[in-house]
Amino acid sequence: MTSDSLTRAFALLLKRDLLLAMRHRAEMINPLLFFVLVTSLFPLGIGAEPALLRAVGPGVIWVAALLAALLSLEGIFRSDFEDGTLEQFLLSSHPVSVLVLAKVLAHWLITGLPLLLVSPLLGVLLGLPGDAIVILLVTLALGTPVLSLIGAIGVALTVGLRKGGMILSLLVLPLYIPLLIFAASAVDTAAAGFPVSAHLSLISALLVLALSLSPFATAAALRVSLS
Amino acid sequence: MTQREHSPALEAHALQCIRDDRTLFSELAFRLTPGEALVLEGRNGSGKTSLLRILCGIRLPDAGTVSWGGTDINKLGPDYHVDTAYVGHRDGIKLDLTPLENLAMARALGKPNNTTLEAALEKVDLHGFEDVLTRNLSAGQQRRLALARLLVTDTVLWILDEPFTSLDTDGIKSIEKLFEQHTRDGGMLAVTSHHAVNLANTRCQRINLSELAP
Amino acid sequence: MFNNFFHRMASPKHFYGLAGKLIPWLAVPCLLLTLAGLYYGLVKAPPDYQQGDSYRIMFIHVPAAWMSMFIYVVMAGAGAIGLIWRIKLAEVVAISSAPIGASFTFLALVTGSIWGKPMWGTWWVWDARLTSELILLFLYLGVIALHSAIDDKRTAARAVAILALVGVINIPIIHYSVEWWNTLHQGPTVTKFDKPSIHMSMLIPLLLMAVAFKLYYAFVVLMRARCEVLERECNSGWVQELAVKE
Repeated sequence: MTSDSLTRAFALLLKRDLLLAMRHRAEMINPLLFFVLVTSLFPLGIGAEPALLRAVGPGVIWVAALLAALLSLEGIFRSDFEDGTLEQFLLSSHPVSVLVLAKVLAHWLITGLPLLLVSPLLGVLLGLPGDAIVILLVTLALGTPVLSLIGAIGVALTVGLRKGGMILSLLVLPLYIPLLIFAASAVDTAAAGFPVSAHLSLISALLVLALSLSPFATAAALRVSLS
Repeated sequence: MTQREHSPALEAHALQCIRDDRTLFSELAFRLTPGEALVLEGRNGSGKTSLLRILCGIRLPDAGTVSWGGTDINKLGPDYHVDTAYVGHRDGIKLDLTPLENLAMARALGKPNNTTLEAALEKVDLHGFEDVLTRNLSAGQQRRLALARLLVTDTVLWILDEPFTSLDTDGIKSIEKLFEQHTRDGGMLAVTSHHAVNLANTRCQRINLSELAP
Repeated sequence: MFNNFFHRMASPKHFYGLAGKLIPWLAVPCLLLTLAGLYYGLVKAPPDYQQGDSYRIMFIHVPAAWMSMFIYVVMAGAGAIGLIWRIKLAEVVAISSAPIGASFTFLALVTGSIWGKPMWGTWWVWDARLTSELILLFLYLGVIALHSAIDDKRTAARAVAILALVGVINIPIIHYSVEWWNTLHQGPTVTKFDKPSIHMSMLIPLLLMAVAFKLYYAFVVLMRARCEVLERECNSGWVQELAVKE
């Protein structure tokens, strides 16, 4: 198969998923609302003292982002699994890893990008200074794709299971921990006024690693789940 | 449709399938050549669907091999998939897309042939429904759309699990005509069906899995 | 001849017999080494100048932590072999190792917690190594949960192999990030689990226990693997014969 037809397949699959999301526009709001809601719970739970909120803010926002991403992960493959289109990907003449990449990209555009757009609001809610909010945006921009990429592996492993959703968190959350540590720390450090290039390099490294390895793991996992 | 004279043969050697600790079949062998149809019969649960999925390459056999032109299909990978099309129990179409959008995706996933998407829809009597959301079609129409996927890529082997589900008598007749056309052009079929499969002018091999069960 | 050896090893029936014979040869030395290690560690080794006698829990904690890592790597390796070459025995070894690895991880966590209590007054502290062990425990539990959620054993083995491989790649990353995190948030106190500067009298019991734990893993994994093999092959002739004989 030529690379031309591969590019066309990638583009069409991406377009297909975006189209399907647009036809269920109302559902796109759910992870977003969850993100805002969970973040808002913290001042209610631990008190609204500004210094405290500013100190926990970066960690809280990032944990909320993780949970929101987790919530939306099932959507990557569940619907395709149920109507039989997922097995058609495995029977395609194109490499499954490329098709997976198209789906993960679509998932990120639909669920990850909106988190980014709403995060400055959350930064303000928790009293983060301007520099920190900028860095928060950068870490989310680099990090949410990693959440989608790694999450896709977990979803692929559990898509065929009846109670897949429960196991998914156990599988995926430990893998999210390094990203959480580097990202929250980056925002913290930025809030204190120090440079964060080291943190951002580490997060970028995670992104590159996830981009290069996770599609293959996801493809292998899909093959196992559908056999 | 292209004429095929030199298509590879599909061969199964000593295939074994085990499900839930039950051996469904063992030492299953057959050879399918261009122009032939393999018809699988047997009770529910005898392993027809599992065998078809093994032939697709989705499921690995517990023993034995399936080869295409002499090479194991699991080693061929995409080179085998480019020659095959599968319509299983589930339709493999998205309900929130239109028939045209569904066929465009199916075509992009394989090797496109010369049939236009509209012509394919006509052949399955879905003319006029090109832009209706698939969700709003009847079950029979959705099944016909699933079968239309077979018409938009250039494939040799069609693997079909209960293709006639939800179809009425006219629907069944027109799909059978498509199958006959396909084998006449040198294609191959592997089919299971509760409905008796009658293809004129096609050499049919019949395997009854219930009889083969150990 | 080598080829023949591997062929026989890969056959579940031969493995069952061979493993059965090996188990006592591993279990007895394990017991002896454990007793020797405990003797040298609890009786012969001198008290630490800083931590007194409470440091002695290290003779269990440190080898347990080593085993938790080692077993995960073995599990991932066996899983990879099972996945690539479709060798049933590799799959069996992989899944038999998971509960053993999880137990060692749990042991490391509990002994680590006991080590910390006399000195710092709390049962848990977010120390780099303890935190890494906790995350490792979750990784093990994920493997065990995924395996039990899938009905078909061969599919389960393949899924778990992929998960273990993903985990094994992530473990160094997790370790590094947790170390880094720990140095950021360090309180005024120094990390408590710095091993006391190793003296020969402390090194010997440590190594004895490390080898003893390895032998323990070896014979327990063989025991579990034999059970797993029986379950998987329950319909085959040789297992039916065994059942009749018992």
